[in-house]
Amino acid sequence: MEHYHMNLTLKVWKQKNKNERGRFETYQVKNISSEMSFLEMFDVLNEQLIAEGKEPIAFDHDCREGICGMCSMYINGRAHGPWHHTTTCQLHMREYKDGDTIVVEPWRANAFPVIKDLVVDRQSFDRIIQAGGYISVNTGNAVDANALPIEKHAADESFASAACIGCGACVAACPNASAMLFVSAKVSHLALLPQGDPERKIRVVNMIEQMDKEGFGSCTNIGACEAECPKGISIENIARLNREYLGAVLDGGSQNAI
Amino acid sequence: MALNSKIPAGALEEKWEKYKSTCKLVNPANKRQLEVIVIGTGLAGASAAASLGELGYKVKTFCFQDSPRRAHSIAAQGGINAAKNYQNDGDSTYRLFYDTVKGGDYRAREANVYRLASVSANIIDQCVAQGVPFAREYGGLLSNRSFGGTQVQRTFYAAGQTGQQLLIGAYQALERQVALGNVTQYSRHEMLDIVMIDGKARGVIVRNLVTGELERHFGHAVLLCSGGYGNVFYLSTNAMGSNVTAAWKAHKKGAFFGNPCFTQIHPTCIPVSGDHQSKLTLMSESLRNDGRIWVPKKQGDNRKPNDIPEEERDYYLERRYPAFGNLVPRDVASRAAKERCDAGYGVGASKQAVYLDYASAIQRYGKIEVNKQGLGNADAATITKLGKEVVKEKYGNLFEMYEKITGENPYEVPMRIYPAVHYTMGGLWVDYELQTTVPGLYALGEANFSDHGANRLGASALMQGLADGYFVIPYTLGNNLADDIRTKAIPTDHPAFAAAEKEVSDRINKLMSIKGTESVESFHKRLGKIMWDKCGMARNEKGLKEAIEEIRALRKEFWSNVRIPGEVNEYNPELDKANRVADFIELGELMCMDALNRNESCGGHFREEYQTEDGEAERVDDKYMYVAAWEYKGESQFEMHKEDLIYDVVHPTQRSYK
Repeated sequence: MEHYHMNLTLKVWKQKNKNERGRFETYQVKNISSEMSFLEMFDVLNEQLIAEGKEPIAFDHDCREGICGMCSMYINGRAHGPWHHTTTCQLHMREYKDGDTIVVEPWRANAFPVIKDLVVDRQSFDRIIQAGGYISVNTGNAVDANALPIEKHAADESFASAACIGCGACVAACPNASAMLFVSAKVSHLALLPQGDPERKIRVVNMIEQMDKEGFGSCTNIGACEAECPKGISIENIARLNREYLGAVLDGGSQNAI
Repeated sequence: MALNSKIPAGALEEKWEKYKSTCKLVNPANKRQLEVIVIGTGLAGASAAASLGELGYKVKTFCFQDSPRRAHSIAAQGGINAAKNYQNDGDSTYRLFYDTVKGGDYRAREANVYRLASVSANIIDQCVAQGVPFAREYGGLLSNRSFGGTQVQRTFYAAGQTGQQLLIGAYQALERQVALGNVTQYSRHEMLDIVMIDGKARGVIVRNLVTGELERHFGHAVLLCSGGYGNVFYLSTNAMGSNVTAAWKAHKKGAFFGNPCFTQIHPTCIPVSGDHQSKLTLMSESLRNDGRIWVPKKQGDNRKPNDIPEEERDYYLERRYPAFGNLVPRDVASRAAKERCDAGYGVGASKQAVYLDYASAIQRYGKIEVNKQGLGNADAATITKLGKEVVKEKYGNLFEMYEKITGENPYEVPMRIYPAVHYTMGGLWVDYELQTTVPGLYALGEANFSDHGANRLGASALMQGLADGYFVIPYTLGNNLADDIRTKAIPTDHPAFAAAEKEVSDRINKLMSIKGTESVESFHKRLGKIMWDKCGMARNEKGLKEAIEEIRALRKEFWSNVRIPGEVNEYNPELDKANRVADFIELGELMCMDALNRNESCGGHFREEYQTEDGEAERVDDKYMYVAAWEYKGESQFEMHKEDLIYDVVHPTQRSYK
């Protein structure tokens, strides 16, 4: 692959904290290598701003290998940018060419308030998990791991749902800011396993209730969540969630407490 | 101060059982009065916090990320070892213990390692019960694969995302305890000091990273589960935020630091592409199961890899180590790659890389598929196509990641790999109970020095993190807290809290007031370069002495010329980073001192002066069969204490993988 360098114009959302109004700022970056990751390009910009005595842009990032779910940029109108099945940190600059303008915003959703610039607060996701996204088993209770065979197909499907990294791109991509893909991935992961079966009804009811309480929007089957999910979480999970929820509500599944 | 490792008496295989049956217990009503602080929420921290919450302790967890689920355990790819012997291939608790002690080049404690091996099977049971979706066979039972440094298949895995699935299991268990009110969780909080009262760790000072406020939290005990310090090298496979600060603050408050120079360089990482590089990405060691590593036989060969005929390729691991081949332990594989590149056989633009080739694996799997599907005389294209499908199922996500980063298709062109800093075996010295030399202060997982000796085997980090958190600390903490049931919670207006907070606040103000010209990032890069060049894959006396001087000079420069933008009382990632880099600089000096003291080569520590004629590491058992536990005595002053390692069961030999 040919390597090249480019100059770019960046329009980046700046916001001091959750109470103040934000605005776009325009920056120029020069001599960016096509080998860099998108966040390394931001590193270059921030180093430049610090050298000029200006304030760098705050953005979330940690593992930079596409698995921790911390990075969260909305790039040219797309959550995590243009590459399919890719987090922001794995997007590389060979996607862009000299002279391009790139617009970068934070995730936008009422349930994800802005902390600063491109950094948002996603603790609402933790609270949804707290509402039931687990199997109630204490340490030391377990039987032998092979005591209960699980059909490979079900195990694989469960794994595919469990691959969710909780980044919130589904919410950012959805015009309604719905968290249904996130919730359904967790409900599916656990409902597809025999270990998750005893709590499947109460789990789905409580997680949905918490999701609504957090102020996420409703699902209207647009499908943007699936299209932008960096881990390829399927929208079929939402269909399964709806079946699980209906079954649980008809059965009075919300009666039990945790 | 004499080190007491508190290893229980008795035969090796009975020590832990006996400990568990005789340790002191805390009754449930008293547990509710006892508060425990857990720093870090990776595998060790999340599993410990969840388990202690279940037992009834009042637990607080702290992590600098925005959620406990983001801790860097999540990035572990390949798998987790356990002596289940599901494959009937000769595995046992003893065999896992033996492989770990040998893999660690006889620099680990026998009793700790045996305990680790014996609880390993419980970990898999626990994780499956939590809903961790491990890979399975068609019969519905769990699948295993092999890993470097072993000859059995004992590694459990979930595609290339084992760490993620295990961490989510522990995170979910933790969130359940949060919901039940047993654990309070604080995200975007960083520990900046330990509070000592009457010689015991009784709390922490943390900084709320969103508001910049300092907070005081009391605990009857403090558990550091804050991971390793690989980022001292700037470039490593660690997450950008991974840091030594919590462990280093503990060190300065009296916790000894064990074997700081034992760092692991992982052999299969994507090579550096330029000066802009911010971190390195690992390609799972599981790729060495099927991939073959080679360089051209001719120096400076600039042909494309697919144009180099078979007979002109040097499969140097298979050549040097016929018994283990491409599956030699990490330290051996890394040094062999460096040796070839240094000798002028490296590949790619930088010449600092070797090939990891899947062509023959694709052919092998393709032929198996042809047989399975009864396709008889299938043509070459069909074999290749079927082979690629099998490889994709096994390693698809890793290949995809490689392609995203490099822009090259690894199904067609061999991958380029090079060793990179990955894990630190060294860490806070702990006794058998995981307690540091500071009473009430514990270290779990990668943050402690305990189980891996001078080199960790693949798929053993996840095992150790979860062993410590799920199965060790619930017993050993109780044994110590049983004596603390009469201690009431100490109010945080106690003078010790005020003093610790002032110390932290003074340091932050000092950093902010420097207003120099050089960014934190720039200092970090300079430190990393010194460490990689002089305390990296190969070390020597001259280089280490130079490094110590250079680091001292760098520290002076940092404290007089660092530039931190923004304010104290706001979200300020540059300030967070400055706090961490200041500690890395001090740690770097200690690492070089430790490497200089250890006049031998063992595991990840390779001193050029100590090697055999054919370039293998040469241990000096009669002089260095000990843990070097360093005590902080003031700026640039450290005193070494020795814990002699006694091998009752395993007889140390020169490691051979030939």
